[in-house]
Amino acid sequence: MFTYLQQLGQSGLTYCQKVGRSGVFLIDTLFRWPKLRQMLPLLVQEIYAVGVLSLVIIVVSGLFIGMVVALQGHNILNKFGAEQELGQMVALSVVRELGPVVTALLFAGRAGSSLTAEIGLMKATEQLDSMAMIGVDPLWRIVYPRFWAGFISMPLLALIFSAVAILGGYIVGVQWLGVDSGAFWTNMQSAVDFRIDVLNGLIKSVVFGFVVTWIALYQGYDTVPTAEGISRATTRTVVYSSLAILGLDFVLTAVMVGGW
Amino acid sequence: MNSHNNNIVVIEDLSFYREGRAIFDRINLEIKTGKITAIMGPSGTGKTTLLKLIGGQLKPDTGHIYINGKDIHRISRRELYRLRRDMGMLFQNGALFTNLDTYENVAFPLREHTKLPEAMIRDIVLMKLHAVGLRGARHLHTSELSGGMARRVALARAIALDPALIMYDEPFTGQDPISMGVLVKLIRQLNDALGMTSIVVSHDVQETNSIADYVYILADGQIVGQGSPQQLNDDESPHVQQFIYGLPDGVVPFHYPAQNYLDDLLGINHGEINKPGTNQQEVE
Repeated sequence: MFTYLQQLGQSGLTYCQKVGRSGVFLIDTLFRWPKLRQMLPLLVQEIYAVGVLSLVIIVVSGLFIGMVVALQGHNILNKFGAEQELGQMVALSVVRELGPVVTALLFAGRAGSSLTAEIGLMKATEQLDSMAMIGVDPLWRIVYPRFWAGFISMPLLALIFSAVAILGGYIVGVQWLGVDSGAFWTNMQSAVDFRIDVLNGLIKSVVFGFVVTWIALYQGYDTVPTAEGISRATTRTVVYSSLAILGLDFVLTAVMVGGW
Repeated sequence: MNSHNNNIVVIEDLSFYREGRAIFDRINLEIKTGKITAIMGPSGTGKTTLLKLIGGQLKPDTGHIYINGKDIHRISRRELYRLRRDMGMLFQNGALFTNLDTYENVAFPLREHTKLPEAMIRDIVLMKLHAVGLRGARHLHTSELSGGMARRVALARAIALDPALIMYDEPFTGQDPISMGVLVKLIRQLNDALGMTSIVVSHDVQETNSIADYVYILADGQIVGQGSPQQLNDDESPHVQQFIYGLPDGVVPFHYPAQNYLDDLLGINHGEINKPGTNQQEVE
């Protein structure tokens, strides 16, 4: 019993230590004078790697999710003779919830894991050490631009996801199932509020972008520099990010729901 | 502090522990300016750790490391990074940046630390690559370089800013005889031509002895021998003798610590583990 308690305490301490280290890592990364002239080309390069290269999966997933929501929604709304409200239903579910959450989950799987693996591999092959020995801080040169790239890309990807998902809903609802096009768009416009729905969805995606990028970069930077260590770190990035996204989504929704 | 005058690196009472094991136990060491100093010892004695301590990548548990009179573990992060511009380090596998080609790898320190015009950066990169014999390979990607070539490119990168101190981590490991010969020649030539100080960490006795001015031998967290290569050849200390002549058994035992051989075969477990150095009795 005593040993069990001891082990529990030990793992608790280790966990607290890791959370503390990740906090110090974040502060060390972010609290520095931005050198815009040097940073801009690196940032553009990283936004391409993290954001632009994630576009395919985001667009395809958005299209299919919009189509599925429209299909499911039409099936239910039809029972009540309310299929005219399909546009509103698709838009609200996508903009408020599915857009930020699914984009963040896909972002964690596509960009987060790649960031962890890239930085982990740089650590394992001593590239980070050699950069530090050249007198260039890897937190500044490697981590900083990647952090901002993730932070900037994620909300933009969520917006694109939502737009494509609404288009997917339109294709299925209007083009296939025969909902009136005018009713589809008019109901959507009258039901969706910019501040309550769009802005709140955007706030969620900003928070998710921050958290996923932080987790991914820290896991890469803190990885055990072996093949097994990198593989574990990559898995941890996806698992921790997904849990953080879903947990935070509940918290943020609970806070936002007061304003609805 | 008089010892700091002729020595670029001074290590005083350095102790470093890892998982409760003493990697270094109050060692003192000096690296003379302008000379090639070799640090040798069996695998796992912490030679690379020593370089990382000198480079400020690790912090000692006790003691001080002075570079040009500055205690590198007492200065700010900013100062440390500034000091590192005057130090070069050649990592065991080269540690070239895999997203850059050969030319850009060598240009990297120049682009980061200087505001030189592109034409001058090009000239310096070509001069450094020429010095290591790889001017013609400047367009190759790092994945196209052989192990020896990668190390030479890394060397060109390490000397790009003309550092006062350069550290080599196992430069000869895994090299074919030709690459090894090239590296031996380059280390000596660069040290003399550029007026640098070199620290070579290695366990390749012959190659290292052929270029070193002074040698330290590390074992069990202590300096067990030091002097010129000739002095060490004549040193009668068992640690030094075993290492220099590559004897399979001696102070560093052939057998990893284990319980009595016969008991082990018969499956009798006394829970006793023989200490290193008692293997003779154990086999009998």
